[in-house]
Amino acid sequence: MTETPKPSDETTGLPGLRTWRRVYAFVLITFVVWIVLLVALTKAFS
Amino acid sequence: MNGLDYAILLITILGIAAYGTWHTRQRHTFKTFLKGSGDTHWFVIGLSVMATQASAVTFLSTPGQGFQSGLGFVQFYFGMPIALIIIAVVFLPIYRKLNVITAYEYLGQRFDMKTRLLGAAVFLLQRAFGAGLTIYAPAIVLSKVLGWPLHATIIGSGIIVIIYTATGGSDAVNATQKYQIGVIFAGMVAAFVLLWVRLPAQLTFSDTLTIAGAMHKLEAVNFSVNPGNRYTFWTGMIAATFHMLAYFGTDQSQVQRYIGGSSLRESRLGLMFNAVCKIPMQFFILAIGVLLFVTYQFERPPVFFDQVAWHERAAQGQKEELQNIENKFAVAHEQERQQLEAWVEARHKADPAAESAARSATMEASAQVESIRKEARLAVDPHGKREDTDYVFISYILDHFPHGLIGLLVATFFAAALSAKAAELNALGSATVVDFYKPMVKTNASDDHYLKASKLFTIFWGCVSITFALCLSLAENLIQAVNIVGSLFYPVMLSLFVVGFFVRRIRGTAVFWGALLAQVVVLALFFTVPGDRLSYLWYNVVGCFVCIAASFILQKMLRPASANSLS
Repeated sequence: MTETPKPSDETTGLPGLRTWRRVYAFVLITFVVWIVLLVALTKAFS
Repeated sequence: MNGLDYAILLITILGIAAYGTWHTRQRHTFKTFLKGSGDTHWFVIGLSVMATQASAVTFLSTPGQGFQSGLGFVQFYFGMPIALIIIAVVFLPIYRKLNVITAYEYLGQRFDMKTRLLGAAVFLLQRAFGAGLTIYAPAIVLSKVLGWPLHATIIGSGIIVIIYTATGGSDAVNATQKYQIGVIFAGMVAAFVLLWVRLPAQLTFSDTLTIAGAMHKLEAVNFSVNPGNRYTFWTGMIAATFHMLAYFGTDQSQVQRYIGGSSLRESRLGLMFNAVCKIPMQFFILAIGVLLFVTYQFERPPVFFDQVAWHERAAQGQKEELQNIENKFAVAHEQERQQLEAWVEARHKADPAAESAARSATMEASAQVESIRKEARLAVDPHGKREDTDYVFISYILDHFPHGLIGLLVATFFAAALSAKAAELNALGSATVVDFYKPMVKTNASDDHYLKASKLFTIFWGCVSITFALCLSLAENLIQAVNIVGSLFYPVMLSLFVVGFFVRRIRGTAVFWGALLAQVVVLALFFTVPGDRLSYLWYNVVGCFVCIAASFILQKMLRPASANSLS
């Protein structure tokens, strides 16, 4: 039985977000979405 | 609290502490004690980073902040995703490549010994004070509302955390934090659900948002450019980015949490987990405060939430004055409640004219209620410095939640206090041994000796922080007090690392004196410029730029001297 090799530091090991650049882009997009939702909440109920 | 609550509290807190001690009973080397065994998974790192930042203050004080000022405090966390990405890309690979135990070892390698000692000393100073605050903050609130003796609460919780941190080191901190954060989440979700269920039956989701919005509790983003506004989009995006860079990138209590990952990948993913989750988490905690605010529009709250202080003042001969304020408040609150019900009814009938009239009447009644609450604050403290927002959430829990859940929520506050304090003690012990004791006092001792020294220094710092906590007295809202203390020292710590990473030609002496100058400027700003003219978050930016500019100038001045001495 062979052991599954551990992912190296260069790969993220995340499905769909295989490079660090994609992980950082995902974090920033999530952040922007949060800001937009919070601004919308502020505008809608002020 | 009854027997069930105490049972849940004790089993949770002592059980997790005992588990941490037992789980790490066989870790015996100096390096694993300080850095962990190097097999930590990214999810555990992520939870550990989160638990270290989110002390009891976060869960006790933030709902009160939401109650008083709405969602605006969430902007403080806007800098976090950007800061964590910078740390993952720049700071972390350097720490791992150099295989450092403390962040300040990097300063020694990049600059010189005195700069390393400066960074470590500033860390020890501010973190020792911070650790005192971490244990004092929940103790003052919980001892007051539960009637426990304050000093016994501080000493008791301090001893629990000292035992498992000094026994198991970094691994014990990680192992306990993962369960402590589980208790914290369970408690907060239960509180949110119960608050939601307890809202008046006639109130729809849309009504709740409309009422909170009309009373300025949903102003999550403020684009004001006034530097005196503490929390705006700009302070969040710019000043808080510097603050978060300093906290996560240079404060050993955080650095120690993520450099112990089994690989660079695990450490990075742990940081990215926080970059994604922190804003929604804080939003959720603030939303509990907003829900509490809406609930208290329909149920009469105490006019001043710190009821112990209120009764103490009454006993000092002001009983009649305070009784009058309470009577006025009862009448004003009842009027507000009636206007609110009329407003909600008009909304349901889709009658715009009646809705508009009822809304205006509600706003007037609400302003009247708020002015009586201000009067109450002044009656308790004529200087108006006594805040009661930290008591809002715990008062509601004790008065309205069922037994069992009360125990769980009090356990939540203690779990948060212990998890943050454990990380702080672990970091204080590490920095003392690695940055001071090993290079300056005992240079060639055995690993076993340094391990013993680490444990002793962890106990020492635990005792120091307990002593700090026993001497503290605060008027600020607790969550803000913690961040203000950080902002006084973080600019210097951050600027040392920024110069180290990004400005190659600046050497140790220039950055050392530049950092000291920056510290003087930051302290001068704090003591001379009122907080309503310059938000404390901007100290991080000012201090950092002063240090960088001063280092450049000093380096230019020092260069001819260096050249002469070389020739």
